Amino acid sequence: MNYKVDENGFYGKFGGAYVPEMLYPNVEELRRNYLEIIYEAGFQEELQALLKDYVGRPTPLYFAKRLSEKYNTNIYLKREDLNHTGAHKINNTVGQILLARRLGKTRIIAETGAGQHGVATATVCALMNMECIVYMGEVDIERQAPNVARMKMLGATVVPATSGSRTLKDATNEAIRDWINNPEDTYYIIGSVVGPHPYPDMVARFQAIISEEIKAQLKEKTGNENPDYVVACVGGGSNAAGAFYHYLDTPEVKLVAVEAAGLGVHSGESAATSVLGREGIIHGSRTLLIQTEDGQVTEPYSISAGLDYPGVGPLHAHLHQTGRAIFESITDEEALQAVLELTRLEGIIPALETAHALAAISRIGAKANEVVVINLSGRGDKDLTTYLERFDLNGK
Amino acid sequence: MENRIKTLFERKPDNLLSVYFTAGYPTLEATVPIILELEKNGVDLIEIGMPFSDPLADGPTIQQSSEIAIRNGMTIPKLFEQLQEIRKHTQLPLVLMGYLNPVMQYGVERFCQQAQEVGIDGIILPDLPLADYVREYKTIFEKYGLCKIFLVTPQTPEQRIREIDSHTNGFIYMVSSASVTGSTNGNAVINTDYFQRVKSMELRNPGIIGFGIHNNDTFTEACKHASGAIIGSAFIEALSKEGNLEENISTFIRGIREKV
Ligand SMILES: Cc1ncc(COP(=O)(O)O)c(C=O)c1O
Repeated sequence: MNYKVDENGFYGKFGGAYVPEMLYPNVEELRRNYLEIIYEAGFQEELQALLKDYVGRPTPLYFAKRLSEKYNTNIYLKREDLNHTGAHKINNTVGQILLARRLGKTRIIAETGAGQHGVATATVCALMNMECIVYMGEVDIERQAPNVARMKMLGATVVPATSGSRTLKDATNEAIRDWINNPEDTYYIIGSVVGPHPYPDMVARFQAIISEEIKAQLKEKTGNENPDYVVACVGGGSNAAGAFYHYLDTPEVKLVAVEAAGLGVHSGESAATSVLGREGIIHGSRTLLIQTEDGQVTEPYSISAGLDYPGVGPLHAHLHQTGRAIFESITDEEALQAVLELTRLEGIIPALETAHALAAISRIGAKANEVVVINLSGRGDKDLTTYLERFDLNGK
Repeated sequence: MENRIKTLFERKPDNLLSVYFTAGYPTLEATVPIILELEKNGVDLIEIGMPFSDPLADGPTIQQSSEIAIRNGMTIPKLFEQLQEIRKHTQLPLVLMGYLNPVMQYGVERFCQQAQEVGIDGIILPDLPLADYVREYKTIFEKYGLCKIFLVTPQTPEQRIREIDSHTNGFIYMVSSASVTGSTNGNAVINTDYFQRVKSMELRNPGIIGFGIHNNDTFTEACKHASGAIIGSAFIEALSKEGNLEENISTFIRGIREKV
């Protein structure tokens, strides 16, 4: 089975580039050039230097002793939360901004849900002295206020998306419309493995450094580069794609993709695409999509802004369909419990998105002699208001 | 049977006025009355919009009309039901315009077959790219006698315009400038170089200019460079006005055709 994108931009039957003609020249320019630009020696040199000295890579692979004891297995946390700006998102934005510069673009746009991709984009724009416009749903502007403040500090313009569910899906619509309106000077830095080909493949390649490092670090710590499980949360699926990437063709490594069940998978308030979705087209990609019988996109729900998306990247749709990855869904409540658990056992406050991956530990049934790697995609600073509201900390 | 789009261009090669509206807006049952009223007011071609929840190529006006239309209960089956008898009342060319996902869910072949049955002449699906159309769907569209209409923009390279021209029949939809629908700012409409460039290519298909056309000036200017022009957002805004549908439509169309 092939898990890499084919020459037409498909993963099995998922993927492609279903974009209006207005976007065709931009997407085509990118498709024709991305691999050559990314693997050019000068580009790699610049990228690796930034990843090391600016982002702070490699991120640690930390053996979580108390968490492991609790679940009677061996849990390693890949500390993407320790990256500059606090999540894995910056692995991708440093790559794409270098690409944008080589394409001669001067204006950067992005969509964001949790605000981590927005912050990571605003950060590299400040670094490169480029104009930055970030689209963000009104609902998310409210629930992820600290990240909105950070983007503004960094000089970005944050534009509220006011249509539909006023969340990530709608922010992405607005970013795409902006790109249609500004086809010549603008580069769109997509924040996940979604959108038209070549974005899913390109973002996955920039995030693949996560599994590249896991392999080397695990080998050093355990003598074996292959864990039994790799677990990651899936919004669009970029941190999962990065954590899975170098294990895709190693079937003995089980890949676990964790989606947001919101108030419950069948509650009508959920973002569990693998369960609720059917093949469809969203944001230029043929993938699994939560939709009505008539093909209207359903407004999803999750407490976590970064997972509140009605689709998944086409790679994940393919991993689901072929059975290569196991899909789990975690409710708001379960995720919140996992936040508190990690905080109290390991002294790490995770992001709400990441907490969904953590909550899946009890689902996978790992044995005492097995090794589980969980991708700790981001830290929880942005979610403190929600945590303070939801946890009764007076009684500790 | 002869396709009405082809007949139209043979009979009347210039100053064509094509009007787009969103089916199900302002009310669910307005579809047929709007079509009949447009015909009465001398419109040449009608594009019936099939509303989609996430219309990427559309500006705020069509987004909002789509949202309301969906809320009103408009669906593809409902639209075909409304159009069941339309050919008893009008012989104007009718084009369905929408996004690929709802059509895919309905089933592309079933959609084309139904479209032919009610007397539709052409289909516009902006997010169905040429290559995918040619690979997966072209034979189906042709089987049911439907013109598949494609967009070109000022950024579309000449070679690609030729490719589009070779795979399409009916007309070429020339997007006036790089924008989503409904944008009327700046040099939105009068991109003379681009229009002339396309004109000088002597394509098989006639061109109609759309996006940003909203009054007599912009309509007249567009008609200088192509066979006609398409009006969407401005018409939907006219439908949204107070007063009755018939009056709003006739006032609007008169304002487009005649200099005030
Ligand atoms: C910390 C964190 N993890 C995960 C995600 C989900 O995105 P993806 O599925 O692309 O990794 C986000 C998105 O905002 C995030 O901020």
